[in-house]
Amino acid sequence: MIANHSAGLGLKPAHYEEAHAAPADGLWLEVHPENYMVEGGPRLAWLETIRARHPLSLHGVGLSLAAAAEPDRDHLRRLAVLVDRFEPALVSEHLAWSTWRGSYRPDLLPIPRTAESLARLADNIDRTQCALGRRIAVENPSHYLRIAGHEHTEIEFLAELARRTGCGLLLDVNNVFVSGRNLGFAAADYIDAFPGEHVDEIHLAGHSADPQLGEALLIDSHDAPIAPAVWRLYERLIARIGPRPSLIERDENLPSFDALLSERRQAQAILTAPARQAA
Amino acid sequence: MTDPGHGSAGLREFQDGFAQALFGGGPDGALRPEIASLVAQSGFAVYRNTVMKGCIDALQANFPAVSRLVGDEWFRAAAAIFVRDNLPRRASLLDYGGEFPDFLGAFEPARALPYLVPVARVDRHWTQAHCAAEEPTLDAQLVAAVPPQELGRAVLTPHASARWAWHSEVPIRTIWERNRAAEAPAGVSTTDAPELDWRAEGVLLTRPGGSVEWIPVAAGECAFLDVCARGGTLAEAAQRALEAKVDVDLARLMARLLGAGAFTRLDLGS
Repeated sequence: MIANHSAGLGLKPAHYEEAHAAPADGLWLEVHPENYMVEGGPRLAWLETIRARHPLSLHGVGLSLAAAAEPDRDHLRRLAVLVDRFEPALVSEHLAWSTWRGSYRPDLLPIPRTAESLARLADNIDRTQCALGRRIAVENPSHYLRIAGHEHTEIEFLAELARRTGCGLLLDVNNVFVSGRNLGFAAADYIDAFPGEHVDEIHLAGHSADPQLGEALLIDSHDAPIAPAVWRLYERLIARIGPRPSLIERDENLPSFDALLSERRQAQAILTAPARQAA
Repeated sequence: MTDPGHGSAGLREFQDGFAQALFGGGPDGALRPEIASLVAQSGFAVYRNTVMKGCIDALQANFPAVSRLVGDEWFRAAAAIFVRDNLPRRASLLDYGGEFPDFLGAFEPARALPYLVPVARVDRHWTQAHCAAEEPTLDAQLVAAVPPQELGRAVLTPHASARWAWHSEVPIRTIWERNRAAEAPAGVSTTDAPELDWRAEGVLLTRPGGSVEWIPVAAGECAFLDVCARGGTLAEAAQRALEAKVDVDLARLMARLLGAGAFTRLDLGS
């Protein structure tokens, strides 16, 4: 169980020992289940050790929910094994595709948001929730392209998926900021319109400017501290919808565990600000 | 539940086109118009770069000794060529690159480096040992308790984590070990180190205490393990070991392999 006012950290092998030793003051940890889809060995042993002390979230990147095909059965089976074994408090995936015709591309690829893709996603989320025997949350990805043929806004699309399948939503505030900049919409408007009642989890991460194009193209690189503008959007969101489990994501250019704990404290302060206690 | 193929033509075509465009386009480089309009945007390169970087990073993580031997630039250039024809088949990248040693074997620029493919295979063995299923390790006492007259019919099953390799021309264990260690200074051309004794070598990797360990092994020990892996009896395994090396000390051989945690069970023939 993860309390709404608890902030968590993405967990990397380099931080196993410190994460395990960290005070269990509501600290929860999130991993990509794909990094634990092995038969045995030290990775699973570490996760077991850490899970005995801290709540866990499984944040998938490889289920390819938005592909025009059913989720890969072997992948779904492996995910179910991990869910059964580690009993995570949260399980999430993305509004994106990656595996297609038997090959996996390590990225979160976009789709046109049509009636057809909506039906496909709803079906795939339904299959996933049935296979896992639990609700999952679906995350808004970062966008880099203007795609012709959208029939729905992303918010309409996500809200409809939640309505049809009973899934939760994972709102990545940094992805909203990055997408807003890249596609030319106001991130604050998106944050204000997002259906708070479906939000199971929030993500916060750093981004970087494209090496060639600079600030005109932001990359959701998870390789830097969370930007001040993203913190402001987060505060705005929490002020409106109330506290939700919030995660600091960092995948590249990994800082010390203490530096991540410091960002976690910053999120924690926003979640537990006196004005929010009643929320 | 809907039929998996029902009504998915539009999304399917989009994904076929997008997937092709990530690596340049169709056989003739042609792209469907709606995909061409995406590729023309500067943001498309983000997907191309992320997919390629994710695959190359995973390969580099899985073949650290190879990467150290050839250097970062050479490795990533070779990996980029490999990735184009060998996208991961699973979304878990921990064991990505099963075909990479064979790719290196056929890769012209690697021809001058005869040790590269054997080292790549040992890197691969490490990954397999690291991710293998949990199994009990066979206690040497259990083997010692078997009456000598029954030992020949006994079958020893290698532990799920046990991997071994023998190379008759390359000091495979020494080169791999020196380049695998994370603390070894970068940029040292290990194969030029004067103390390297260019001779046949073998290595056995196991996971006896939870993490991967390795010991040097001789030709006889590898031959012995080969027989065990295909379910042969101890008598056959001993025979092969003697063929590989006439004066092999079988008692010592078994003690070493058992001590390394190379076996999970012992079955006595009926």
